[in-house]
Amino acid sequence: MESTLKNMILSLSLISMAMAAGLGYVYVLTKGPIEEADKAKEVSAVTEVLPHFDNDPIKQKKEIEGLTFYPATNGGQLVGCAVKTYTTKGFSGRFDLMVGFKPDGTIHKVVVLEQKETPGLGAKMNDPKFRDQFMGKNLATYKLKVKKDGGDVDAISAATISSRAFCDGIQKAYDLYMKNFVKSNSMASVKADSTAGKGGKHE
Amino acid sequence: MLKPILRPGKEESMSNLKHFTNGIIKENPTFVLVLGTCPVLAITTTGFNGFGMGMATAMVLVLSNIFISILKNYIPDKVRIAVFITIIATCVSVVELVMKAFTPDLYKALGIFIPLIVVNCLVLGRAEAFAQKKGVFASALDGLGMGIGFTISLTLISIVREILGNGSFFTIPIIPAGAHPMLLFILPPGAFLTFGLLFAVMNALKRKFKI
Repeated sequence: MESTLKNMILSLSLISMAMAAGLGYVYVLTKGPIEEADKAKEVSAVTEVLPHFDNDPIKQKKEIEGLTFYPATNGGQLVGCAVKTYTTKGFSGRFDLMVGFKPDGTIHKVVVLEQKETPGLGAKMNDPKFRDQFMGKNLATYKLKVKKDGGDVDAISAATISSRAFCDGIQKAYDLYMKNFVKSNSMASVKADSTAGKGGKHE
Repeated sequence: MLKPILRPGKEESMSNLKHFTNGIIKENPTFVLVLGTCPVLAITTTGFNGFGMGMATAMVLVLSNIFISILKNYIPDKVRIAVFITIIATCVSVVELVMKAFTPDLYKALGIFIPLIVVNCLVLGRAEAFAQKKGVFASALDGLGMGIGFTISLTLISIVREILGNGSFFTIPIIPAGAHPMLLFILPPGAFLTFGLLFAVMNALKRKFKI
């Protein structure tokens, strides 16, 4: 085809329009499945970090200060709460965690939702070896800091920054959870502890 | 390095089967044409990632080659690159949406590298060197062959890097617990080392069997 101005404009705009229409069609087709896939991911993460429950925590989710809370009940009794939390202190920036708390604030389980930490180093935070050490720990007594900073957490070797960020994410979830869901007398001491933790952090 | 894709005259007499096998060995995109090396180096950290990225690129190659071949008579020469990129970008977006919907885990693992297929010069290279001159069927075969060749080389590099750097084969651990793998190989320097060494092996094999 000859490259006249008319030809070029016609060809480029017609092809662009056709492509846009095709893309729009595929978007509509895949919209449903994408939403389902996202929801399935949310459900599986919530289910993994909580003890047995029989309500629908996804429907009762609540957003507080950027974190999402999924309260879980079993036979009307509160059995725990999953918290979608995040940290921006990772080695490669932000990553997302899902933390499950029991009603008294004890950690039930933690899973990593989305992360882009270095493969083989920070990315190892999703290994059971690292994340299972938080199971059954209560932050009122457990020092959520890596051992290098005087805490109780075994950091991933050669990935102290990622380990610190992981703790930061859990701490954020714990503080907001205690503030909004648990009325407890030990609040004051916990608060003081967490601020001390933040002050002592070195990047 | 760009010579092989710039000799359309020779391909004229090729049969369809040759269009297909061409991309797998003789003009393997990674080890012969050396096109699109960004994903080759960046995402080949686990076998699944390498294979998934290869398949995604293969799908884009087939789709874009087909569209460009169909539309080749309606594309003015002076704006052909703009048109090609429009078509390629659309194909990539389509593949991206499909992956998001049906293979969300793989999509999450590959992340930004899926949209970046748009600027993979392998895709534009095949459009320019093949699809805009040949028939629809031949172009589809060329895209498929190139895609499979790309998948094979990505998977090969990924397997080597995963075994050496993580001690596993497609996420199945193969080294005894407690042993330390050579972490270097899943970090960026390991990508260059693996790529270079495999390149040398390929060249040696090619010389030996006179391909």
